Amino acid sequence: MKLRWRKFVSATMLTLTGVCAVISVSLLFFILGYLVYHGGRSLSWDFFTKLPAPVGETGGGMANAIVGSGKLLLLASLIGVPIGFLGGIYLAEFGGTSMAFAVRYTADLLNGVPSIVIGIFAYTVAVLPFKHFSTVAGSLALGVMMIPITMRSTEEFLRAVPRTLREGALALGASKTRTIASVVVPAAYRGIMTAVLLALARVAGETAPLLFTSFNNAFWSPGWGQPAASLPVMIFTYAIAPYDDWHRQAWAAGLVLLGLVLLINVISRLALARGISAPRA
Amino acid sequence: MMHAATKPTLTRPTPPAGNGPVPMTDLPKRMSVSNLNFYYGTKQALFNINLGVAVNRITALIGPSGCGKSTLLRTMNRMYETVKNARIEGDITLDGTSIFEQDVTQLRRRVGMVFQRPNPFPKSIFENVAYGLRINGSKTSVADAVEKSLRRAALWDEVKDQLHKSAYELSGGQQQRLCIARALAVDPEVLLLDEPCSALDPISTAKIEELLFQLKENWTIMMVTHNMQQAARVSDFTAFLLMGQLLEFSPTAQLFTMPADSRTEAYITGRFG
Repeated sequence: MKLRWRKFVSATMLTLTGVCAVISVSLLFFILGYLVYHGGRSLSWDFFTKLPAPVGETGGGMANAIVGSGKLLLLASLIGVPIGFLGGIYLAEFGGTSMAFAVRYTADLLNGVPSIVIGIFAYTVAVLPFKHFSTVAGSLALGVMMIPITMRSTEEFLRAVPRTLREGALALGASKTRTIASVVVPAAYRGIMTAVLLALARVAGETAPLLFTSFNNAFWSPGWGQPAASLPVMIFTYAIAPYDDWHRQAWAAGLVLLGLVLLINVISRLALARGISAPRA
Repeated sequence: MMHAATKPTLTRPTPPAGNGPVPMTDLPKRMSVSNLNFYYGTKQALFNINLGVAVNRITALIGPSGCGKSTLLRTMNRMYETVKNARIEGDITLDGTSIFEQDVTQLRRRVGMVFQRPNPFPKSIFENVAYGLRINGSKTSVADAVEKSLRRAALWDEVKDQLHKSAYELSGGQQQRLCIARALAVDPEVLLLDEPCSALDPISTAKIEELLFQLKENWTIMMVTHNMQQAARVSDFTAFLLMGQLLEFSPTAQLFTMPADSRTEAYITGRFG
């Protein structure tokens, strides 16, 4: 009786977990399929090479938004990754108990700040004083969002490096700094890079903080100091517009955005696959 | 306060002829531990240890788990300093100079260490051995030094064609010999081994033991071992620790055949441990 009950519970739970796993995976594939179905039809070479067409004209593309998103992400990474990475090293290797706790807690809070609030912050410090929207302001908002994700995951991956590896380097007469730079970080860098990519992928789709920082632009945005188009804002603008043609463009932009994130991911994973990884602790 | 900026290799005492266990008092000491007390926070782990490490001999530390043998080994290159709240009293000298008066990175280049589990870096075989040379900014040819160290560790013939492969592709025993080669590459005077064979199979263990015999011609070795047969096979002197106290320290043959202390006898005959 008891054994049968236990077998029944086991089978039920197994089924339940399996069904939930299938649901989560199939949701992803459903979204992907829907996006490919709608976006793929509207995708053409023009989409990658031309500027948006004026209202009323058909055709046109989003070349400026693709470049704009690329520039935003590049500058955001330059702001967010070094700060997050070095902060993570401090937390994992040098932070005392109370100081590290304070930094870690603050980082987690920052991670939970709604992205639109971070947008207001960037608007206040980087748009208002200059009286115009800019790529820099948008990058600042995205970069700030990348800091806590990069920092916390750098910390986690550094902590996962086996203690014996550190001792091995110290025992050869390496200083602590040297040990971190030449053994600990290289042993963890694959994990850290993966985390940075996840952070990048996450902010790549952020729309809210860009609405009033980099704003939007129907034309090219030379340099870093002018309003710039970006894929998420374009999707937002085009999706709520009353034109069928624009809706199709929005689907295409969604597909391209997803494709770009996947591309970044795949390329860096291929680059990371070379080199030697450490076993996990 | 004296900082050993230059490595006094020329002042090494010369070992007496032969390799046998001559009376300890006749042998020059590479390192000397005097009146050593060690604390983890408020818990005392070592009590008034006095012991000399003879030049070009193997000194084994045996004793049951938790007796403080690894702690003692880790004081010899000040590795205990990575542990929070660890505190030490007494003195340890290396070639007559207190190890606490030297720069710790310099000290660790002179007193190498091999750990319980092989811990190669996530680098190639070559880069693992070259690591110590590179951080020393060695001007001599790294490639030659790597080959020399791998030969000394009896690993060269097995890896010479795959120097640029990951160190993790080697077997456990090979990895441990790689770690020994890595430690030898910076040309230390003393080699500390913390249960170097505990994670290895018998064949790999035999290879390492054979290697230790060769190494003691040029290096002073101190090793912790759980394995009493191993201590009896390879060491010249054996120290028996129990609950943080050094109960007996004598030539290995004597300790294993005529232990002076009844507790030593009880341990080596397997009545506890």
